[in-house]
Amino acid sequence: MTTANETAVAKYRNNFLKEVEATVEEGHWVKMCMQCGVCAGSCPFGPHWEHSPQKIFMMIRAGKREEVLKSDSMWMCTSCYNCMVRCPRELPITHIMHGLANYAYRLGLSPKGQPNQVIAKLFWESALKYGRVNELKFSLAMYFRDGFVQGVKNALAMQGVGLGLVKAGRLNPMEIISGHTCKDTSGIHKMIAKAREIEDRRRGLA
Amino acid sequence: MNAPANKFAAYICSGCGLGDVLKIAGLEKVAKTEGKMAVIKTHPFLCNAEGVKMIQDDIANDGVTHLCIAACSRRAKAEAFTFPTVAVARANLREGVTWIVAEGADHDEVRQEMAEDYVRMGCAEVKKLILPGGNKKESSSKKILVVGGGMSGMTAAQAAADAGYEVVLVEKTGALGGFANQMWKRMPFNAPHADAQPTGATELAAQVSANPKIKVYLNSTVAETAGAPGRFAIKIAQESGSISEELCGAIVQASGFSTYDITKLPELGGGQPNVVDQAGLEALAKAANGGPIKRADGKEVKSVVFVQCAGQRDDSGTHLPYCSGHCCGTSIKQATYFKDQNPDIDTAIIFDDLRVPGMGEDFYRSAQTKGVTFTKGKTSKVTGGESCSVTFKDLILDEENTIPADLVVLATGQVPNAGVELDDWTATVAAADNGDEAAKEKKTALQKISVLNMNYRQGPDIPQLKYGFADSHFICFPYETRRTGIYAAGPMRRPMDMHQATEDAVGATMKAIQAAENAALGRAAHPRAWDLSFPTARLEGCTQCKRCTVECPFGAIDEDERRFPLFNEERCRRCGTCMGACPVRVISFENYSCDTVGMQVKAVNVPDEDEEKPRILILACENDAYPALDMAGMQRLTYSAFVRVIPVRCLGSVNTIWITDALGAGYDGVMMMGCQKGENYQCHFVKGSEMAYYRLSKIGDTLKGMGLEPERMQTYEIAITDGARVAGLINEYVAQLVEMGPSPMKGFG
Repeated sequence: MTTANETAVAKYRNNFLKEVEATVEEGHWVKMCMQCGVCAGSCPFGPHWEHSPQKIFMMIRAGKREEVLKSDSMWMCTSCYNCMVRCPRELPITHIMHGLANYAYRLGLSPKGQPNQVIAKLFWESALKYGRVNELKFSLAMYFRDGFVQGVKNALAMQGVGLGLVKAGRLNPMEIISGHTCKDTSGIHKMIAKAREIEDRRRGLA
Repeated sequence: MNAPANKFAAYICSGCGLGDVLKIAGLEKVAKTEGKMAVIKTHPFLCNAEGVKMIQDDIANDGVTHLCIAACSRRAKAEAFTFPTVAVARANLREGVTWIVAEGADHDEVRQEMAEDYVRMGCAEVKKLILPGGNKKESSSKKILVVGGGMSGMTAAQAAADAGYEVVLVEKTGALGGFANQMWKRMPFNAPHADAQPTGATELAAQVSANPKIKVYLNSTVAETAGAPGRFAIKIAQESGSISEELCGAIVQASGFSTYDITKLPELGGGQPNVVDQAGLEALAKAANGGPIKRADGKEVKSVVFVQCAGQRDDSGTHLPYCSGHCCGTSIKQATYFKDQNPDIDTAIIFDDLRVPGMGEDFYRSAQTKGVTFTKGKTSKVTGGESCSVTFKDLILDEENTIPADLVVLATGQVPNAGVELDDWTATVAAADNGDEAAKEKKTALQKISVLNMNYRQGPDIPQLKYGFADSHFICFPYETRRTGIYAAGPMRRPMDMHQATEDAVGATMKAIQAAENAALGRAAHPRAWDLSFPTARLEGCTQCKRCTVECPFGAIDEDERRFPLFNEERCRRCGTCMGACPVRVISFENYSCDTVGMQVKAVNVPDEDEEKPRILILACENDAYPALDMAGMQRLTYSAFVRVIPVRCLGSVNTIWITDALGAGYDGVMMMGCQKGENYQCHFVKGSEMAYYRLSKIGDTLKGMGLEPERMQTYEIAITDGARVAGLINEYVAQLVEMGPSPMKGFG
């Protein structure tokens, strides 16, 4: 069976720009970048990532598919929207970054264990399961992502904050048992499944 | 001309606070006893209707012919104090004295001395003034000659005809249209600036040909340009060999450009198959006529790469050093030729800096929407042939890359067709006159490339500034050349695209019309358009040194058969550079001469050594430095009350006699304030300030001969915005002179 990635490669052959336009959220904006570099200069994460948005856009045009999709740069976006506000060409850069990250993840190319990816995934899974995010379970899942021992260490390190939240009534320890959900979780699940089906069809990932 | 009896009058204003800080009675006394004015009147508000009426009445009823108005700067209240029938001098007591001398009783003495000196100077000047009569000619042509029938030339001709002027259009080739005839489409001229447009050249050519006001000479060149604005005698050589003559008032030169020779770029594949320049691509697109664009070998182009800055912006000295400005937009346009026909064709533009001035940004965006790929990179190698390839360094990703293409387009630059370079011409003619055979051949060759074939003393074409483009005062007066009445338009003035060229053409045409109209009124061209004076020479004193004929920035002076200077008044811009150049001081204007300034220099009361009051003469260019000094006054900045300012038309008009006279009379120093010179000159008369600097660089020896330190004469480049700076410079220089001690010439004057 061919993977989603292989299908995409076969479909778009060498034209990565076309692939991005068809499959990535707001991807049709990539061609409008004029390479001024204002986004790269505006990003608070500038020193920490390998490829600035400007470079990512250039790499897309140059057909560097693997490099872009395996990059961890767009995973670092904190959605501060600095680049988007400043872009003279009004590209929705933040949205494109998230769109690229999502597409790379769907193709199974995104860097494994990238912390932002892990947290996003846990958050999404919690939201999907209960129709809302169970903060206690979400936090614990984060603590224990690297095994039981590390989880205990993480939990102990954070216990002061946790107790403070409990005292202030912001965290209910009983949520660990069941936790409240939204009224119609199965309805939510159906809705999400339908939405995903529509979107995957549109992006050719079905 | 002067009335038989001159009557001199001084009018002193005590308004604007002048009466509060100056002793007006003292000024009146100076005007009477030293100025020897026949009428002296003081008014509390001289520029109001009543004050002006008082002066008008004196002119009408009392026979006053010469006025010295001691009030504000000559740049203020100019309308109120315009009396066209009499000669007027202005003593600047407001901006020049009360506004810039420090406040308080401590300074009363020097303030009063300064004001009295300005009254002395005003009275001295007015005695030497003659009311200019103008050089109105009986008949003056207002016909506009347009040289070049491309987009610029056709637009110029049409604009002049639309404004009601007769036009003569001379075109070298057999058809109007110029380079536009080779083009498939042009960059968009109007909103939404999204798609290439038809050039419109054919329609414009038809319009121009059919216009009864425009006389078109095809297959013709200008064989000779003689005369001056209002009376240019043009000989037009036609293909048949016959010569037609036309009398024209002003000239628009729109001689266009040539494309840079692509074969000079072998490393970029120049000369190899399937590597073309932008003109070559236009030809292919024209042949395709909207269908698929095919290469010379007939193969349909599926991928095309545009290489920007090919042989341009080259700092190695091999190719064009400048940016031609239009090529980014042109490549964008040409890429859309492909995309509009078939969106699947790969079009890549490799640019270093994409420069799309004006609304080009919208066009750029439109091409991006159409899918043209823009890659920031520097191309190192192009290989032509059956399958072309382009190797470039991607400047964003910082890596070498090679992409294949069916066709490569090199964006080469524009080379101006501005005619003969005058330094080259002068050297060639000198060598040819000495019998050098090679130089004689070169002279003949140069005459062939000359556009205007002017019979001027200074050479056959308009001067060039840089890279062969016609000189233009690109900041203030872009269409002005250094030949009065001849205006440059289009890519021979600076590199530009078609839209800019058509705008240029209209601008240059308007200036040409203005020049023809001014010539008919006997007035100067800009910037002294109101000036009716013109230079005259006392030829009996002339030593035929030719400095005036060589140094005139506008080529206004020829030589007559006896080798004396022959002034073409209509070509003159009244800068006075000839007057400054003349070693025997025989050149003068009625209202500006060695005497009008010299007598002011002499009128100043120079205190003795023991008074410890230095005197510094400032000769300030009236275009920038003098307004800057006024500005210092308006901002109530203070500067030393020991300076005496005399405005000059241009630093080029400064005759060294004024400086030696001043220093000889015991002045402690001279400050010369002119405009920026050199390549980015700001001089309104182009070369005036440069000439002045050149002459003054040699004055050091003279000063030494007088036993004076060379620092006693300083030159400064002052911009009109330098109000604060100029006040600081004055104070610094005065402090420096105080340190140096008084001039040893004091007491000998």
